Amino acid sequence: MIQGLSAEEWAAVGISLKVAVTAMLVSLLPGLVIAVALERGRFWGRQALDILVHLPLVLPPVVVGYLLLLGFGRKGPIGAFLADHLGIVLSFRWTGAALACAIMGFPLLVRAIRLSLDSVDRKLEDAAGTLGANPAWVFVCVTLPLILPGIFAGMVLSFAKAMGEFGATITFVSNIPGETQTLPSAIYTFTQIPGGESGALRLTLISLLISVSALAVSEWMARRVRQRLSAR
Amino acid sequence: MSLVVDIRHQQGAFTLQARFESHGHLTALFGRSGAGKTTLVNAISGLLAPREGRIVVDGQVLFDADEGIAVPPHRRRIGYVFQEGRLFPHLSVRQNLLFGRWFTPRERRAASFDDVVAMLGIDHLTERRPATLSGGEKQRVAIGRALLADPQLLLMDEPLASLDDERKAEIYPYIERLRDAGRVPIVYVTHSVAEIARLSTSIVLLSEGRVTAAGPSAELLRDAKLFPQFGAAEAGAVVDARVASQDDRYDLTLLEVRAGTLTVPRLARVIGAALRIRVRARDVILSIRPPTGLSALNVLPGRIIAVDTGTGPSADVTVDCAGDRIVARLTRKSVHEMALRPGLAVHAIIKGIAFEGDAAGAPPA
Repeated sequence: MIQGLSAEEWAAVGISLKVAVTAMLVSLLPGLVIAVALERGRFWGRQALDILVHLPLVLPPVVVGYLLLLGFGRKGPIGAFLADHLGIVLSFRWTGAALACAIMGFPLLVRAIRLSLDSVDRKLEDAAGTLGANPAWVFVCVTLPLILPGIFAGMVLSFAKAMGEFGATITFVSNIPGETQTLPSAIYTFTQIPGGESGALRLTLISLLISVSALAVSEWMARRVRQRLSAR
Repeated sequence: MSLVVDIRHQQGAFTLQARFESHGHLTALFGRSGAGKTTLVNAISGLLAPREGRIVVDGQVLFDADEGIAVPPHRRRIGYVFQEGRLFPHLSVRQNLLFGRWFTPRERRAASFDDVVAMLGIDHLTERRPATLSGGEKQRVAIGRALLADPQLLLMDEPLASLDDERKAEIYPYIERLRDAGRVPIVYVTHSVAEIARLSTSIVLLSEGRVTAAGPSAELLRDAKLFPQFGAAEAGAVVDARVASQDDRYDLTLLEVRAGTLTVPRLARVIGAALRIRVRARDVILSIRPPTGLSALNVLPGRIIAVDTGTGPSADVTVDCAGDRIVARLTRKSVHEMALRPGLAVHAIIKGIAFEGDAAGAPPA
């Protein structure tokens, strides 16, 4: 079956992996910062930020994609700035697909990290403080190791969301084979042409394989962390 | 070391208004649950900022509401042993012990890892994870972790409360050793009279957010007026004693106190060893004449110095037995019928059982 993949199909698999990994890694640090801010911070506009982060979860993906096109397109205010000053073009490029996927997966990442932050025993952080650790060190030495399972879970969710993202991606960067055609858009294309069923099925199986593997890896990592916390 | 605390704090309907000074090796903060003990130590550690007041340790102002001084916890150098240990689950015992050291400048590191680990008897645990330790082991590691951060003051918030009697007995000697070494003064929160009688050198009594008495332990524990606060069943006087001889035939130990000898079930102590015993007021009865035909072995002659009759059915009578103060809890009726009054010569009859268990702790050095 795998040998039966055409160059174009291989490209779609490659682009999807590239897009998903990039989206996951790029959103990790901002996701962590925003999760900590929302969970621990007391600042003006916290509620608004919370809503903004959650928007991609409730908006139709096509709307998110269109908003990205307006903002990050060549003629959009941010897109024009990036293109003119930094030479970064996002629209109709795979990097644009990564941005769309990162934004769509962002609420899932933030939620997973917030959940684990909420379950951290604040008393352990107090104890670290009395031992001489300032708040930054407390975060690095105590909080961060304790929320690692949540961070892993968030990364897997973000990756999986990116592997499956379709609406925002196709609206923002279209469906260009070899550049922006991800697995879902390739599958969609196959279903639109007569005799494309076998191609769609092949890519579906591959998509399934990648998702299950990601889930297995995350389970394995979570188990290792749990063992470290409870065993000798 | 000196500790000066004078704070006011409001938490919902609860008001803490505490003011005391302490110079002891081990200062016990004693009071029932809800008296404000933990709030007080949290304020000393910096985990809680009181509304008003001052906290000064060894002349260093850690908190002053008027001056706007509030040194953050990590700069106070105050060790804190919590009720539930609070060991870091993701670190090994060794890493837990050395946690504070990472944040202590090299020139201030005085406590030696090997010494602390040996003193607490935890050298065989260093490679384990906290989750695999027993309750008593966890508390010993928590004490070691606090000590290795080289604190100038050590707070212990009911460190034995979650342990059973056997585990408590396992930890007492370590705390005594720590107290007697005298390097780090200790503030010890407890609601157990047995613990203060055994461990404390000075006591601060807290009741409903206020300090009701403070001073050296021996004085406070002998003061009958404070007995209601220690709890009726547990109240009693503390007497210094010395092991006079061992009676192998009956498995008894003879103790010498100022007014005579006391016979108690065998204590595993050498002859001449000094110890502190607690005589609970409810275990003492009084007789006007020298008693005869009595099963109790311990009778000390003395003179009544105070009669405290409250509003309830009982009265506390303080008897001076050649310098040792023994307190007897009698009914008001007996006090009246025997015409007990200050100055009267009496005999205090002490039931031998009163010395058992952890009442026989070692006195502070």
